[in-house]
Amino acid sequence: MSAFAATFRRDLALMWGGGGGALAPLGFFLGATMLVPLAMGPERNLLAAAGPPLVWIAAALAVLATLERLFQADLEDGSLDHMLLSPAPLEMIVLAKGAALWVAVGMPLALASAPAAIALQAPPELVPAIVLSLLLGMAAFIGIGLVGAAVTAGVKRGGVLIALIVLPFFAPPIIFGSAVAGGEHVGAALSVLAGFALAALALGPVAAAAALRLQAE
Amino acid sequence: MSASGPFQDKPKIRVDALSVARGGRVLFEGLSFSAEPGAYLEIRGGNGAGKTTLLRTLAGYLKPRAGQIVFENLEEPSLALHFVGHQNGLKPTVSVASHLRYWAGLFGGASDASVAAEKLGLAALLERPARTLSQGQARRLSLSRLILAPRPIWLLDEPAAALDANGKAMLAAIIDARRADGGLVLAAVHEPLGPTPSQTLTVGA
Repeated sequence: MSAFAATFRRDLALMWGGGGGALAPLGFFLGATMLVPLAMGPERNLLAAAGPPLVWIAAALAVLATLERLFQADLEDGSLDHMLLSPAPLEMIVLAKGAALWVAVGMPLALASAPAAIALQAPPELVPAIVLSLLLGMAAFIGIGLVGAAVTAGVKRGGVLIALIVLPFFAPPIIFGSAVAGGEHVGAALSVLAGFALAALALGPVAAAAALRLQAE
Repeated sequence: MSASGPFQDKPKIRVDALSVARGGRVLFEGLSFSAEPGAYLEIRGGNGAGKTTLLRTLAGYLKPRAGQIVFENLEEPSLALHFVGHQNGLKPTVSVASHLRYWAGLFGGASDASVAAEKLGLAALLERPARTLSQGQARRLSLSRLILAPRPIWLLDEPAAALDANGKAMLAAIIDARRADGGLVLAAVHEPLGPTPSQTLTVGA
């Protein structure tokens, strides 16, 4: 088993096994999106206008909550020392952790956006595009989030700091993702999202690994 | 990258005028030593003298202030060394067997996990989650990495901490076996570990 596969497997087991760290963001996302229609009442036009941005903001905040402990736990318990002695580059191990986070949190959340979008009065024919946009958007959020998580790994209660670092970079996926959910220029917006996700996944692990090497000092 | 690959290495280490600082304070300067294949070095020094810092510098985690560290006769530098520090690197909810599987993948070129478990007396604990292990058992699990993924150079920071007499004997046995294979073992200790050191370094005195 390669270092990538071993790390991916372990992180997936840690997020889904005992404690269920992956269920909290999913619960948050579903709770936030399902409560809005109840709070705003059945006014169709109002919901249709407010719904798309809301799905994306809830998704961004749900991911944000998972980032604080992503590398902090490894730094505190000494696992980071082990990762640095792997023959695989640290960038690859960081990417494996990001991939595990995407599968454990990103994918369920993107699938959950289907009922959320329907509850928020999105046109049913748009739902597949919304799910696809969330899959891409989650990859973008996680690629960016890796950097924020790595930079703040040594900071106690670094959650606020992570938010300050990553939220400005979350803005482009939120803008284009909301465009998809709103039914405007769906194809073009999806292409931009895909490009943004690829860029985040290519650059994020490199920057995160550089930050983690400093954390080991 | 076979399990026997790094075994062929007869590593040497040469440290020249090493100087390290921690938190803005210089811990020691001008430390020079060298070690031949099969050597076992004990690093002595009081609390805060810089034993851990020296080992972390040798492992490459810390940059030295001055001086240089040269490893010789290594075929694959990325498979050169193991570092066992104060923290065991265990996840509370993960079982002993899963830790061994993860390390086998992470460190590459691993041998049989059951052999590693056997050598450190963990065979009966394989299915136990790490949170249920005692301090000494957790330390044994951490040390099992040394057997699981064969590497020529071991850097051990107070490896006998929390070990019982039986555990210390097992540790001494694996250190002797590694030396016999031409490996190189450096350990920061307060009490002698058992094997006769070929050299004793005192830091920060």
